[in-house]
Amino acid sequence: MTKILEVNNLQVDFHTYAGTVHAIRNVSFDLAKGETLAIVGESGSGKSVTLRTIMGLLAKNGKVTNGEILFNGKDILKKSERELNAMRGNDISMIFQDPMTSLDPTMPIGKQVAEVLRIHGDVSKKAAMDEAARVLELVGINGAKERLKDYPHQFSGGQRQRIVIAIAIINNPQILIADEPTTALDVTIQAQILELLKELQTKIDTSIIFITHDLGVVAGIADRVAVMYAGKIIEYGTVDEIFYNAQHPYTWGLLESMPTLETNSARLHAIPGTPPSLLNPPKGDAFAARNAYALQIDTEQQPPFFKVSDTHYAATWLLHPDAPKVELPPEIARRRKIWQKMNPTTSKEAE
Amino acid sequence: MADEKKEVLVSVRGLEQYFNLGKKDEVRAIQDINFDIYRGETLGLVGESGSGKTTTGRAIIRLYKPTAGEINFEGKDIAKLKNGSKEMQEFRREVQMIFQDPYASLNPRMKIKDIIAEGIDINHLAKDDADRDAQVANLLQLVGLNPDHASRYPHEFSGGQRQRIGIARALAVQPQFIIADEPISALDVSIQAQVVNLLKEIQEKRDLTYLFIAHDLSMVKYISDRIAVMHYGRLVELSTSDEVYNHPLHPYTKSLLSAIPVPDPETERLRKPVPYDASIEEDGQDRSMVEITPGHFVYAAKGEIEGYKAAAAAYNK
Repeated sequence: MTKILEVNNLQVDFHTYAGTVHAIRNVSFDLAKGETLAIVGESGSGKSVTLRTIMGLLAKNGKVTNGEILFNGKDILKKSERELNAMRGNDISMIFQDPMTSLDPTMPIGKQVAEVLRIHGDVSKKAAMDEAARVLELVGINGAKERLKDYPHQFSGGQRQRIVIAIAIINNPQILIADEPTTALDVTIQAQILELLKELQTKIDTSIIFITHDLGVVAGIADRVAVMYAGKIIEYGTVDEIFYNAQHPYTWGLLESMPTLETNSARLHAIPGTPPSLLNPPKGDAFAARNAYALQIDTEQQPPFFKVSDTHYAATWLLHPDAPKVELPPEIARRRKIWQKMNPTTSKEAE
Repeated sequence: MADEKKEVLVSVRGLEQYFNLGKKDEVRAIQDINFDIYRGETLGLVGESGSGKTTTGRAIIRLYKPTAGEINFEGKDIAKLKNGSKEMQEFRREVQMIFQDPYASLNPRMKIKDIIAEGIDINHLAKDDADRDAQVANLLQLVGLNPDHASRYPHEFSGGQRQRIGIARALAVQPQFIIADEPISALDVSIQAQVVNLLKEIQEKRDLTYLFIAHDLSMVKYISDRIAVMHYGRLVELSTSDEVYNHPLHPYTKSLLSAIPVPDPETERLRKPVPYDASIEEDGQDRSMVEITPGHFVYAAKGEIEGYKAAAAAYNK
C-alpha cells in the first residue's frame, strides 16, 4: 500500500507562563491510501495537537522542535503559509467536533459550501452552487437545492455536521481529518454520521484520521489504531490487534474502563490518578505512576517499541524478554481468547 | 435494589411542562410523564437531545413551575409549592442536583470550601466556623479530594476533580435524593469510571436515591437499577435495566439500542442499525403507559397492547 502521510519523530513544545510544555514527544506514524487510522487517548494526550501540526494550525506559542511530516513525500513543515493555504481544505481537510460553532451563523449554507470551491479553483458562482447542492445531497441533506439559502440555525445538529462534512469533502481531499466529529451528537445521529463517513470514503477514495476517546466508535470505523498517552504513541496496530491482543497496560485500562453491555460487576475498573504534567514529563514511562503492572525499570527508563507483529508495536517493558509474566486482567484475558480463536496458528507460535 | 421493601420516594403523575404557554412559539417540552422512583434505587433517564429528559429532571427539582401534574416527594405534592415558602426550602434540602459541565457549574471566584458550604450556610447546618470547616473537610475526604485543598479555587482542579467538588456540594445538605444531569459526559473515559464508582459508593454509604440523566447508554445500563426511555417529550418505555437492554419492546428503544457503539470490532462489523419511524407516535391514537409484563411499561395505544405482549412472550421462549 502506498503511504500518503508519514510523520517521523515529531516533537512539539508550547511555551507558557508556567514553563515549556512538551505536548508531543517523539511521535511517528504513517497513513496508507484509503485507510482509516483512529488516534485514541484522553484530553491532553496530544492527539489534537498532532493533527493541528499536520494542518499547520499550531497556536502561536507552539513550536515544532524536531521531526518531519511527509505528505506525498514532501515535508509539510517546510511549506510556506501560501502553500499551506493551498493545501488546507483542498488536499487535506478537517471536520471539527462541534457543528454548532464550526459554521458561520450569518452566511447561508450554500455559500459556505461553495466558498471552498471558489477559493481553491477557478469556478463560476453558478457552477460552484450547483456542485454545493450535489455534495449536500450526497451527504444526506434532502432537497439541498431548495435549502442553499437557509442559515445554519435552520438545521438540526446532525444535519449541521453533515454540512460541515460537505465542506470538508467537496474538493475530494486525499486526507480527511476528523477531530471527535460525533462527540456532540446523539447515538442515533452518531451512527448515521459514522455510516456516512464510511460510505464517502469508498466514494471519494480518501484516507481518514479519526480522533476520538470513544473506543466503541473506534471499533466500528478504524482499520488501524494508535493509542496516545502523555504526548507519545504507546501502542499501535490493526483494530483487531488493539482490541483483542492489546499489550500495553494503559490500553488494557482503557478497554477495561468501558462498561460493555454485559458488565455487571459491582465496580467499574477505573485507571487510578490522572495523567502527568507535561511541563516536567517523568523520566521513565509516563504511565508508570498509574500502572499496577509497573516494573522497577519503568520509573527509570522509557520503554522502546517492542514488535508484536509486522503491524503491531507496543512501548511497554512487559514485552522485554526478561520481563516477568503477568496475569492478564479478566476483561483482557477474555479478549485474548477471541484473538486466539481468530488466529489459531500465530498465537500458538507466540506461546 | 432489594425487591422486598419497595418504598416509593418520588412519584410523578401526569407531569407536563410547557414553555411560552399560549404564545405562538409554545413548546410542549414534556407531556404525560408518569413514573415512580423507589427509595435507594437509581433510575436512569435516557433519550436524545431535545427528548425532554433534562426538562423532566429540572421540573422534578422545581427549577420550573410545572404546567400540570403532580410530583409527590415522600407523599407530599411539591408541584404547587411556592418559591420561598418554608416547605419549599425543606424540599430543596432533600433534593440536590449534580450538573453536566464541571467547568460552568462552579463559581470561579469562590474558594471550593465556600462553594461546598453554601448550602450548609443557607440552611444553618453548622454550629460555628470550626464545625463548618470540619464538615467541608469530611465531604472532601468522602469524594476523594485532599481536605488541605479547601482554600483553592476551581481553576486549580482538573475536570474529574471538579465533578467531585460538585458531588461534595450536593451532599453537603445531606439530601435523600440526587438528580445527576449528564454528570460524566464532559469527562475522559478513564475519569468517567472513577466518578461513576464514586457515585455508587456514596449511594451505598448514605442510602441515596438517584435520578441519573444521560445519553451514554452503556454507562446508564451499568449504574441504573431501572431505566426510563424518553422520546419527543414522552416516556416510551420503563423497566429494569436488564429488561430494557435484553428485551426492549418499544421500536424507539430498539432503534436506540442498535445505535450504541460497542468496543468490539467483531460486533461492530455485524451491527445493523434499526431505523425508527417516529410517525407511529403521531397517528392521533390515545396512548398511555401499559404494564406489558410485571414491571415493564410501554407507552402504547389500546390496539398495540396485544402485539407488545406477544413480543414479550417471544423473548421468554
